[in-house]
Amino acid sequence: MKEMMYYNINDGYPESIVRGYRRSLLTSSQYGTLTQSETLDDIKLQLSATDYGNFLQNEPPPLTTGVIADRLTERLVSEFNYLRRNSVDPLSKFLEYVTYQYFIDNVILLISGTLHERDPADLLHKAHPLGVFESMPALSVASNVQELYNIVLVETPLADYFRGCLTGHDLDEMNIEVIRNTLHKAYLEDFYDFCVNDLGGTTGVVMKELLEFEADRRIINITINSFGTELSKEDRLRLYPRCGKLSRESPAKLSAMNDIDAVKAVCDNYGEYQHLFRDMNRSERTLEDRFFEQEVRLNLLSFHQQFHYGIYYSWLKLKEQEIRNIVWISECIQQQQKERISDFVPTL
Amino acid sequence: MSSAAGGAAVGTTGAMVAALMPSKKKGSSDPFTSIVKYYIFSPNYILYYIGILVVIRILYMLFQGRGEDFNIGQFLVDINPFMWANIGIAMAIALSVVGAAWGIFITGTSLLGAAVKAPRIGTKNLISIIFCEAVAIYGIITAIVFSAKLTNGQQVREFEVANYFTGYSLFWAGVTVGMSNLACGISVGVAGSATALSDAYESSLFVKVLITEIFASVIGLFGLIVGLIISGGAQNFA
Repeated sequence: MKEMMYYNINDGYPESIVRGYRRSLLTSSQYGTLTQSETLDDIKLQLSATDYGNFLQNEPPPLTTGVIADRLTERLVSEFNYLRRNSVDPLSKFLEYVTYQYFIDNVILLISGTLHERDPADLLHKAHPLGVFESMPALSVASNVQELYNIVLVETPLADYFRGCLTGHDLDEMNIEVIRNTLHKAYLEDFYDFCVNDLGGTTGVVMKELLEFEADRRIINITINSFGTELSKEDRLRLYPRCGKLSRESPAKLSAMNDIDAVKAVCDNYGEYQHLFRDMNRSERTLEDRFFEQEVRLNLLSFHQQFHYGIYYSWLKLKEQEIRNIVWISECIQQQQKERISDFVPTL
Repeated sequence: MSSAAGGAAVGTTGAMVAALMPSKKKGSSDPFTSIVKYYIFSPNYILYYIGILVVIRILYMLFQGRGEDFNIGQFLVDINPFMWANIGIAMAIALSVVGAAWGIFITGTSLLGAAVKAPRIGTKNLISIIFCEAVAIYGIITAIVFSAKLTNGQQVREFEVANYFTGYSLFWAGVTVGMSNLACGISVGVAGSATALSDAYESSLFVKVLITEIFASVIGLFGLIVGLIISGGAQNFA
């Protein structure tokens, strides 16, 4: 009741803008025409008939998928920034939380790039625009996590997330992945706590579903990727976010997951995750595809309720999925491998 | 032995005082100032002080044998019927307008944003705003009809039964109309916002969602009818 009466005071305008954005996601007929294109210029033509309009107008020929992907991401970022400019607390805080994910990815990108001695300017170019912050170039000069933290990260909102991984180890290949997963775990738990406890209401209910799925996805991916590596059971347990449905299982059961069948057995207890592992050998959809499908399904559902913040998060995820789809189609066309062109997850 | 007891007493009082001390706040110079600031000047305990004063007043009356001075019935009867009638009229128009305004802003913000991406909905969805406006009109109709009964400006026998009846009926009719229009305005507003968003998504949904909005606006009409019936039997002040 309270939401219905007071939501529109501050957040009514951005909500309806996001719903407008969601409506202009590509439809199945538009995906159909895209898959039937012959060249990338055809794609440019087809996309100009959609909401994207003439966004590729000023590109010098020849068109590549990299350019298309960059322009699509630029479009996404400008729409998201429009929402941020038109929002106040607590919506602006929520949107900030959403960008922390890209923040973390950028930090890890810069650290690992520095480790492999890549050009810092090149790395900055590749950073995701939704996660840029002022002191990003300074990340290249640090050589271990402690220095990194003290120089750059202590002033950013990510400072709290680093508490779990400040062990003073020098950066190396394995450690960076562990840092990345620890950061993501801290971020997910913080975001979950913010949505469910601080915001509450319909936002809490909707975001709970979405973030629990995200956490479970992480748990399953970490587990499967750690088969055959030297990651110890305790380390693996420590990387699991605590806010998923699977994290409520006993630690003994979680650390007993040593192969795919064990993971499948644990997931069978949850109705939503049963179909993830069904017919794994016979069907062509990989586990990752199934995760994407489930994600799209959940995100589309969040638009069925009004007066909550989950739609901003959902729209961002759906738009990203759409960009991945368009890039997939473009790649298939550019490399003239049209057999798997329909292998994407449509955001319908 | 007694010094030990005395020491224990001082210790417990000290502990109680320490427990009652407010948490250390920045900027408080000494404990006394911070106690005064926390317990007396800030809104934390003001209700308790008001409660204590009320209880003291009541006990005062009770112990002086004047307990029956606290007479709610006499208080209500002593209020002038003109007062009742005018408050009722004020409630009618004020609450109706609040409801209408609430509904208009709820619908308006959603409509503004939805029309950015789907400009075609702009004109059609003004009908939701009109439904909210109708709620304010109900309020002003009742206020005008009721104020026609406030005929008397001269000194007169105010406390006649007929005047009491007019006063009470106008008060409650006004409250009825006002509260029902408040609820109606909000509900039409929420329904209107849903109408705007569904129309922006797909045009065929407009009429279907509009039907729920029409049902919502009927509530205000009910309030108007009941208010007019209640005040129908009231005669002008004489």
